[in-house]
Amino acid sequence: MEVNSGRITPLLSDVSERNGKPLSTLKLNAKILRELNLIRYREDSGGVELSELGRFVLDLLKEDYVREPERRAGDPTSRIPLGELTRRIGALRRRVLRMVEEAGSGHLSSSLSSLTIIATLYLAKMRHDPKNPGWELRDRFLLGKGHAAPALYAVLAECGYLPEGELSRLGCLGGLLQGHPEASIPGVDSASGSLGQCLSIANGMALSGKMRGMDYRVYVLLGDGELEEGQVWEAAMSSAKHRLDNLTAIVDRNGLQLTGPTEAVKPLEPLADKWRAFGWKVLEADGEDPRDILLALQEAEAVKGRPTVIIASTVRAGSSSRKGWRRGL
Amino acid sequence: MREDFGKALVTLGMELEELVVLDPDVSTSTRTCYFAERFPDRFLNVGISEQDMIGMAAGLASTGMLPIATGFAVFVVGRGWEQIRNTVARQKLNVKIAVTHSGLSDHGDGPSHQSVEDVALMRAIPNMTVVVPADGPSAAEALRASAYHRGPVYMRLGREGAPRVYLEGAELSLGAANLIREGSDATIIANGIMVSMALEAAELLAEEGLDVRVIDMHTVKPLDLGCLERAARETGAIVTAEEHSVIGGLGGAVSEALAELRPTAMRRIGVGDSFGTSSRTYWELLEAYGLTPKAIADATRSTVGRRI
Ligand SMILES: Cc1ncc(C[n+]2csc(CCOP(=O)(O)OP(=O)(O)O)c2C)c(N)n1
Repeated sequence: MEVNSGRITPLLSDVSERNGKPLSTLKLNAKILRELNLIRYREDSGGVELSELGRFVLDLLKEDYVREPERRAGDPTSRIPLGELTRRIGALRRRVLRMVEEAGSGHLSSSLSSLTIIATLYLAKMRHDPKNPGWELRDRFLLGKGHAAPALYAVLAECGYLPEGELSRLGCLGGLLQGHPEASIPGVDSASGSLGQCLSIANGMALSGKMRGMDYRVYVLLGDGELEEGQVWEAAMSSAKHRLDNLTAIVDRNGLQLTGPTEAVKPLEPLADKWRAFGWKVLEADGEDPRDILLALQEAEAVKGRPTVIIASTVRAGSSSRKGWRRGL
Repeated sequence: MREDFGKALVTLGMELEELVVLDPDVSTSTRTCYFAERFPDRFLNVGISEQDMIGMAAGLASTGMLPIATGFAVFVVGRGWEQIRNTVARQKLNVKIAVTHSGLSDHGDGPSHQSVEDVALMRAIPNMTVVVPADGPSAAEALRASAYHRGPVYMRLGREGAPRVYLEGAELSLGAANLIREGSDATIIANGIMVSMALEAAELLAEEGLDVRVIDMHTVKPLDLGCLERAARETGAIVTAEEHSVIGGLGGAVSEALAELRPTAMRRIGVGDSFGTSSRTYWELLEAYGLTPKAIADATRSTVGRRI
């Protein structure tokens, strides 16, 4: 978005007309960008402008730092038709927004950036049975970035692990749904919330599967900022040592952490090379595209003798279009 | 409290050129962002790496800087504990650890982010000073006192604003408890946000004719034994109140001291042996955990009845 002296609504209407995106979506995006301190504006009057941080991010994007991953060819196997999956993810997106709004706290944009990945895993990929949450042979999922709990809860409810009504009680005193995942919540395979711990836990689960001859797979979703915790790399060495090919890690590569872009706070790049050097098979995927995620997951499953990490580029702003993000919206 | 802390850091930064602030990617939450804005060259965002942060602070301190390592209580103390013990405290390095979001104050985030064990963990480390200020002005004073104290200090603050107990420029000297209300029938010894509740409890009890002393034991280590012994001798009934587990914190420290110094009828108000939980407001959460003026008053009344 160019620095503009107009008011926010007419500006967005204009963008909406030019790009065929609904005005409500753009308004939500603008709100989130403001919340992230990337842009500044007032509802009623005055201009819209990029903050210093916003300018920084835009510069990074201009350098094509957030790469458009190459789309994979072919059709993935999916438990439900892709069209239906996409439609349900759209509905989940609105539900997450409502949950966080109602609760009055929670990391909205971080939840939305993980939503497509979590929903794709649970609705289309993982072997699990909501009627039997304790099933020993189920695939496991760990949310390393536990602050995306609203996204996980919405997906669990969508699967039938939780009554829909629970979602509106997120964070209520005495309620089931805590600010971060708790093991007492049906469908949650591990508590989290303290960043950096889940890859180790996933290693344990994957090892146990091998020791006990069970063929379940273990999935763990990590934030990119989360990778700054040393424990992640201790664990990464363990996964490689034990050749955990029943383990897939997915990095939610939205480029941001709490106080700014990862590359400004503690540069992670070249990230793929780091994982490779630690003995992992590295795949890149479009984390906003269920089809691409599924194809990458399928590819990961075929890798033998070592663990796989999927670096999934996502958008932490609620938009489903990386191109839109490039434009600043 | 974090607001006052953030502003006090800027003031101190103007005074002390060697002061550096370290942040593990939470400066907007701890309010060290004010310092970052004012002194970008003396602000280090180390990323989500609490252990790395403590080690770096140790290195900075041993080469002449005055590092203030900040963050959320549970992650800094939890992750960084062994680095704090083995690198900072064992060498008596001049590192200040100042955390926010302690106790139950991070009510929305829930048990993973709440911290009711940190005082116990820090108190067990030799050479460590542990301070838990009651409100904004005393947080600012505690920060100043810590900065001018030589050696490691742990300062524990909440996320939410605390009711005011002191006026601006409150006196606070490390290791010297503040007697904030005289009384002869019983003594409530509190710190952190519970100090204002202790005062309210004393008011409630005054209506029943009980004359209750209130002590702000902001420094849990070293404990002000003189003040404690006097309170035990003169009032014969002691109640502690803290936003922390009843195990190992202020209640633990006071019981340990009195058991040897002068066995006295006692009760501890705090979080029972349990984790926190999520809640949409802080105050309903404190109430659910029995951290209220009424609970303190009830405990005090029953302790008076059990005086030895
Ligand atoms: C050990 C630990 N330290 C700090 C935090 C506080 N915290 C919560 S979210 C967050 C940023 C996470 O960034 P990233 O992993 O990139 O996830 P994003 O929200 O950007 O998707 C931080 C520092 C935490 N939850 N755990």
